[in-house]
Amino acid sequence: MLDDFLVRAALAGVGVALAAAPLGCFVVWRRMAYFGEATAHAAVLGVALALALEVPMLPMILLAALAMASAVSGLTGRGYAADTVLGVLAHSALALGLIAVALLTDTRIDLMAFLFGDILAVSRADLAITWGGALAVLGLTIWRWQALLMATLNPDLARSAGIDPRREEFGLTLALAAVVAVAIKVVGVLLIAALLVIPAAAARPLVRTPEAMAVAAAIIGAVSALAGLWGAFEFDAPAGPSIVCAAAAIFVVTTLLAAVRGR
Amino acid sequence: MSAPLIAARGLGIRLDGREILTDVDFEIRPGEIVTVVGPNGSGKSTLLKALIGAVKPSAGRVERAEGLRLGYVPQKLAIDASLPMTVGRFLSLPRRVSAEAIAAALDKAGVPDLANRQMKDLSGGQFQRVLLARALMDRPQTLLLDEPTQGLDQPGSAAFYRRIEEVRSEMGCAVLMVSHDLHVVMAASDRVLCINGHVCCEGTPEIVAGAPEYRALFGSGTKGALALYRHEHSHDHDHSHPHHHHHEADA
Repeated sequence: MLDDFLVRAALAGVGVALAAAPLGCFVVWRRMAYFGEATAHAAVLGVALALALEVPMLPMILLAALAMASAVSGLTGRGYAADTVLGVLAHSALALGLIAVALLTDTRIDLMAFLFGDILAVSRADLAITWGGALAVLGLTIWRWQALLMATLNPDLARSAGIDPRREEFGLTLALAAVVAVAIKVVGVLLIAALLVIPAAAARPLVRTPEAMAVAAAIIGAVSALAGLWGAFEFDAPAGPSIVCAAAAIFVVTTLLAAVRGR
Repeated sequence: MSAPLIAARGLGIRLDGREILTDVDFEIRPGEIVTVVGPNGSGKSTLLKALIGAVKPSAGRVERAEGLRLGYVPQKLAIDASLPMTVGRFLSLPRRVSAEAIAAALDKAGVPDLANRQMKDLSGGQFQRVLLARALMDRPQTLLLDEPTQGLDQPGSAAFYRRIEEVRSEMGCAVLMVSHDLHVVMAASDRVLCINGHVCCEGTPEIVAGAPEYRALFGSGTKGALALYRHEHSHDHDHSHPHHHHHEADA
């Protein structure tokens, strides 16, 4: 079954969606959408590093994403608003990464595959990494769920309950980096943030509790992955953008639904 | 006298290079209601945060009784509109609790039947009481409230403070709160701690209201809560003292 490239693509897409969606809920609740974007852009630098040093990409991407996270928290509050810091760092990292990839590696590297994903070329090994990463992120999210929610609601409230919000935030950053690392192959650097934010946003009007939102987002993400792949196959469209478009279509539907119900 | 539940010993706090609190000595014992008063920016909220462990002391230390259960009501709790949250679910943080425990806590806080409402749909008074209910979930030995009646009208805050007193007598917990409602504070507290970067004065409401340090901060009320209350709303021609009415939020 795994011999079929479409089956592998579908499995990879669903795997990434299942990990990205619950994490994406925290990204939405904590207003970290741009932070997700910056982490994803930093990943290009990681890719360049990995290619230059001829080491595996995954740890390098994680490293670049973590470096980005600490740069963001280090610069925020020093006279710059968070969105300015993110705007500067995200685009600088992307630009630098693109130059590095172009200069450091031979020209056979397909830059487009990193920017927009190459889900139809997912190998068995890629699939193993994707699902390994996705399950790790999902596990972390479920394990730290209550503490993460507390830290998201109010850091002081969390501390009064013996939870260290900074530790939880670090866990969230790690999980984000991991999702970025495994999602590059599926949707590419430029559209990863969409996979985090859109399913969560689409789920919001349907639910009354945080858990319901995470589950609904995961389902919407998985459906988007499958629908996007189908659309890509049917209309010969690029797969990564098709997945994001499917998610966006679901967002439009649930938002309209909410408007009709008068909420 | 029983051992203190929480104590600050020579506590000093620096935040961003600014001295917020210096040399604060303070204790709270079981069953006491202690109120912290002081001008804006005097370090009231910071003191509470230091006591719950959210802010690290730069000098001195905070001592807590072994295994102390804390209930904390923060000054501000803004729940992002993107975060769906029923009252019942909110009370199930950080530990999951049964529906009966949720109903009991809401009842104790004086707002039964709210469990299925969304947090964002609550009125200001309901919201504060839900925060109180959450703080009561763990059967705390000490309840710390940071301006719990902010944004409530006078009857609303009076009712809230009555609730606190009832909770204290039902549960026997100590209560430490920051407040701007001076007249209510004077009526409802066993002890008042007046701070302005340091402890200005401390004692029963009567003693504090008569202390020159307190008068220097809050004006020249003659004696006790009633005088203070009148003072806030009537004439006072003695303007030689700094004169504040503190109704806005403390940064």
